[in-house]
Amino acid sequence: MSTTNNIAQARKLVEQLRIEAGIERIKVSKAAADLMSYCEQHARADPLLVGVPTSDNPFKDKKPCIIL
Amino acid sequence: MGEMEELRKEMENLKDQITAARKTFQDSTLQEAAAGVTVVGRVQLKTRKTLRGHLAKIYAMHWGTDSTLCVSASQDGKLIVWDTITTNKVNAIPLKSSWVMTCAYAPSGNLVACGGLDNMCSIYNLKGKDGNVKVMRELAAHTGYLSCCRFLSDTEIITSSGDCTCVLWDIETGTQKTVFAGHQGDAMSLGVSPDFKFFISGACDFTAKLWDIREAECRQTFGGHESDINAIGFFPNGNAVITGSDDATCKLYDLRADQELLTYQDSSIMCGVTSLAPSKSGRLLLAGHDDFNVNIWDMLKAERVGVLAGHDNRVSCIGVSTDGMACCTGSWDSFLKIWN
Repeated sequence: MSTTNNIAQARKLVEQLRIEAGIERIKVSKAAADLMSYCEQHARADPLLVGVPTSDNPFKDKKPCIIL
Repeated sequence: MGEMEELRKEMENLKDQITAARKTFQDSTLQEAAAGVTVVGRVQLKTRKTLRGHLAKIYAMHWGTDSTLCVSASQDGKLIVWDTITTNKVNAIPLKSSWVMTCAYAPSGNLVACGGLDNMCSIYNLKGKDGNVKVMRELAAHTGYLSCCRFLSDTEIITSSGDCTCVLWDIETGTQKTVFAGHQGDAMSLGVSPDFKFFISGACDFTAKLWDIREAECRQTFGGHESDINAIGFFPNGNAVITGSDDATCKLYDLRADQELLTYQDSSIMCGVTSLAPSKSGRLLLAGHDDFNVNIWDMLKAERVGVLAGHDNRVSCIGVSTDGMACCTGSWDSFLKIWN
């Protein structure tokens, strides 16, 4: 009984590997270039990367100015 | 017995085919391509808020899409929805089972979900008519613990489980729409693609899998890690996947090139990765570890550019808000911290 299960499982694994073997791929150079380009394009809009000025930081407690 | 042998041989052939195909497309490396890129300067984030209220280890947190509210789950048996700016508790939801391992916020903000050793995913309606937060659905069918869950919408949620499967549920009927089977070890974590068409899962079989939600099939499998994958996430444009493992490394896999591009590791880092999150542009990778720290990596250069030290116990969960303005960490020390 476990032999039939093993064969059924093996058939499924082969089927799955066929799917994965048959996918379309692109070159790493293109993939890398696209990742780098995305990072560059969005860098300015990445607060953790470029920093957040206190006035724009919703999480920073703004200390009130006391006029002496 | 003859068929078994044939099948085994075919498996080996196909695996070799995949390895060879990947090699053909490896005309370069991300390392080479990014050689001319300057490493990001030292990233120093400060704790802006500490969310106090849980009485035991925090196991999970998830930001709401408004970048202000977040939900956390602790083994004190509570789900807490926090206003991260005021640090007020918007909701404190008592759970039937305190052994919670994951939580999620629906993109609409209407629902939250959680689950754990009860093997179930419980959905709570935050916007009920009488103002009380009640269990709306209990999604039960997994035969193992619930390790992670993520909403696609108010009507669909995906779960990953210690029973090695991931499941797409219809929340309204409480039934399984699709079972994604294939992992040979506990499925530990999942992430949904920005276009909601795919999800990725990381498991104790050391692999990450990409699944087509509507076609209900596994498209790609990525190996290379030497231990359980505990954390997984998409690069912001949906074209790459980041994994974090008990082997103390993170890896970046490109989906279209179908292969690993980089490993983030350092000989001084010996503790497993528990959680991870990319910054909004994808340039920074924040990874939480068992050694109480969060390491910040330059994702293109694979260099460590910062550390968040502030918790007194394991960092179990991490998330960057949708607008990228802040990072939230949750820890076994029972606190959540907001950093930027």
